[in-house]
Amino acid sequence: MKLNINGKPVEVAADPDMPLLWALRDVLGLTGTKFGCGAGFCGACTVQLDGEPVRGCQTPVSAVGTAKITTIEGLSASAWGRKLQDAWVALDVPQCGYCQAGQLLAAEALLRSTPKPTDADIDAAMSGNICRCATYTRIRAAIKQAAAA
Amino acid sequence: MNAPFTPSRRQVLQAAAVAGGGLSLGWRFSGAKASVPGALSAFVIIDANGAIRITAHQPEIGQGVRTSFPMMIAEELDVDWKQVTVVPAPGDRSVYGVQLAGGSSATPTQFERMRRLGAAARYMLVQAAAKEWGVPAGEITTGSAMLHHAASGRSARYADLAEKAAWITPPDVKTLALKDPSQFKILGTRIGGVDNRAIVTGKPLFGIDTRLPGMVYAAFAKSPVFCGKLKSANRAAALAVPGVKGLINIAERRDLKTEIDVGLPGIEKLPEGIAVLATSTWAAMKGRDALACVWEGGDAAFQSSTAWEAAAKKAHAEGPQKPGYMNHGNAPAKLATAAKKVSAEYSYPFISHAQLEPINATAHVKGDKAELWLSTQTPEDARRMVALALGLKVEDVTIHMMRSGGGFGRRLMNDFAVEAAVIAKAAGVPVKLQWDRGQDFAHDWLRPGGWHKLEAGLDADGNIIAWHDHFVSFGKDGKLNPTAVIDGSLFPSGVIKDFRADVTVLPIESTLGWLRAPINNAFAFVTQGFIDDCAIAAGREPLEYRRAVLGTPRAIPIAEEFSGETGEDMKGTPYNTGRMRGVLDKVAEMAGWGRKLPPRRGMGIAFHFSHLGYFANVVEASVANDGSVTVHHVWVAADIGKHIVNLSGAENQVQGSVIDALGAALGQRITFADGAVEQKNYGDYPLARMDMAPPVEVAFLSTDYPTTGLGEPAYPSVAPALAGAIYQATGKRLRSLPLDTSLLTV
Repeated sequence: MKLNINGKPVEVAADPDMPLLWALRDVLGLTGTKFGCGAGFCGACTVQLDGEPVRGCQTPVSAVGTAKITTIEGLSASAWGRKLQDAWVALDVPQCGYCQAGQLLAAEALLRSTPKPTDADIDAAMSGNICRCATYTRIRAAIKQAAAA
Repeated sequence: MNAPFTPSRRQVLQAAAVAGGGLSLGWRFSGAKASVPGALSAFVIIDANGAIRITAHQPEIGQGVRTSFPMMIAEELDVDWKQVTVVPAPGDRSVYGVQLAGGSSATPTQFERMRRLGAAARYMLVQAAAKEWGVPAGEITTGSAMLHHAASGRSARYADLAEKAAWITPPDVKTLALKDPSQFKILGTRIGGVDNRAIVTGKPLFGIDTRLPGMVYAAFAKSPVFCGKLKSANRAAALAVPGVKGLINIAERRDLKTEIDVGLPGIEKLPEGIAVLATSTWAAMKGRDALACVWEGGDAAFQSSTAWEAAAKKAHAEGPQKPGYMNHGNAPAKLATAAKKVSAEYSYPFISHAQLEPINATAHVKGDKAELWLSTQTPEDARRMVALALGLKVEDVTIHMMRSGGGFGRRLMNDFAVEAAVIAKAAGVPVKLQWDRGQDFAHDWLRPGGWHKLEAGLDADGNIIAWHDHFVSFGKDGKLNPTAVIDGSLFPSGVIKDFRADVTVLPIESTLGWLRAPINNAFAFVTQGFIDDCAIAAGREPLEYRRAVLGTPRAIPIAEEFSGETGEDMKGTPYNTGRMRGVLDKVAEMAGWGRKLPPRRGMGIAFHFSHLGYFANVVEASVANDGSVTVHHVWVAADIGKHIVNLSGAENQVQGSVIDALGAALGQRITFADGAVEQKNYGDYPLARMDMAPPVEVAFLSTDYPTTGLGEPAYPSVAPALAGAIYQATGKRLRSLPLDTSLLTV
């Protein structure tokens, strides 16, 4: 199976029904995408397909087709991605850090479609991503800082 | 190597490490580590190229300790933070002393110790420079990893003298001068987490990210009822799943209890089951599901939340198993003569840690050696438990401490490490064991639920003169589990002189454990709520009433005879009503307590002392006609002593604790049916999300007391303040967690 991951063609030997999450983590060694709930509740496994955030645990690898996959390992190829990463570091957003890859992928998609998000926009775009440490105050602030950068 | 005046480099390094630690005889180097050039102790290594390497030895679970502890060392070493590279440590008590992320204990127990480690290394560098330059050590100044002698105009980098400093006889730490806090350049500032860049770029940091050559992935089929027995399994179906490489039968073990650090058995029993080995986690889990195991029985099969609820109600109606379990003064007599009596019943459920990184462990067992890669809060416990389970020597078990994707107390327990080790031993190759979310809920070490029937006596002015609690919670053999104690460390014991607690113990076989601000996270809801009840009965205002309850500023000793697990680290510690009054007044001022609010909007106030920290908060919330609650703002005032180690991390911990606690109060509950946990995933166990996270404003009061920890004590007082806000908004007092907002509809 051929996939396009972070701008590069990649050959993946995986069962067609294997979720993209596990193909990335176990088959390809891209462990930045995280397993949280395996059922689409938490957003830890958020990646982008053609720029749209999707749940890696709910996306069979066979369903990806020619869509371009962006994972946390490829986020800095995006200007918004870099601004978000810098804001995350500047505002010291993470506690345990486990959810932050998914948060960043969701936030990048938000800023690409809505460069000056309101609080309501942030709520709508980010509420699918659980931060168990509840760093929401800083995630919100960092999205705004990246938007202003 | 030139060794002019010391018997051996290794002995010097041992001495240096001991001197640096000051408190532990075990902080020494192994022979191998002693050969590290520029090593001044196990914690400070100065490379010839100028890099300052500081070891972060405590388990990182999101509390920021990989940043805050090196900050303490760097401050006294007198280097700039940007010159520091933080390096990880393995789990090895013999080198690093206690390595434990629990009880918010790291900062209070090690703040001075870490500073002295840095100061000892600086001392050795200064002495080396004095010798080299032939000048008095007292004339040498330092800063930014440089040594200066003003009179002779000489300067050197730490790196230039590190090799020589390693030979200096280490100082007696008692004579070491520490910096005056007014000179702090790193401590008390905002320093970002050392792993932040790696986190935002997706680098492998966590236990779950471990990948080893030849590693197989494992899922473990075990009974959802704790220690149920395997009746049947479709092994052929599992083996037919593409990618499944083999099955391993795991036998139940009940011989694994051992002395560990955290006041509970680290593993109750290893349940029997079948480990599925595969080429991916996905295949292993598919294979596990294909087994379609049928289980029967199990020690916990009797467990039922409905039955427990009925038993608690019955106990409250008919009387306690253990009358007078705790008895200070004479509460019954005071109640009999009280001008007014107030009574109420409170309850709270089991809750789960629900840490986001599901439980996993990677193990490789080779002959008489085992190596594990763990997200754990207690690496030394894991080491001992694995050694016991495999019949190995403790020193033959190596623990690689990985970053934890959340702990909250779950990873104080190392049942998963034992499972992985046992499976890996049978597999003969490296194994990564992965639980799924359902197993994470099913086999957690839960915060126990509890029920309180309270009665208070008020005097003619409405002041509380007696407090009587009948506490129902869980344990075994008629004894409360350590995570469900009621003891003298818990307010208002001590503050209210006539205090009595009766106890009834309900039996449980599932595992109970420590969860963020254990015990306190439940009791604060009860005690602060009941203080509101008393205030209302007395016709008094909640803030003023709380001031009256606290009374004149004084230090009340925590009764030692009742100090259980919550009191363990508080022995000899007073409950300082003045410090509590300080945070209470501060938070009221921050929130503008008493402001006029629109209809169906209210404010609640609460305080609680736990983990040596004094916290008060105000919650402002509104209640819609359909009962839904919106939290608009939370204010927190905290007194954790003189210094805030890392202002950025500290504020983050408090804000996170508050929002976490709101999430728990508004929806989290674990229930049992037919012996097993009913909740399977975050769909039926809601965590706080962005759209419900209010602004949280935090103020730290600096008081003249030792600095204490922050991972936990901000949590307990949130739920009662929210309940207070709901009461003010609606006139309805919700006395059961999670708060049933359907009762608030109009």
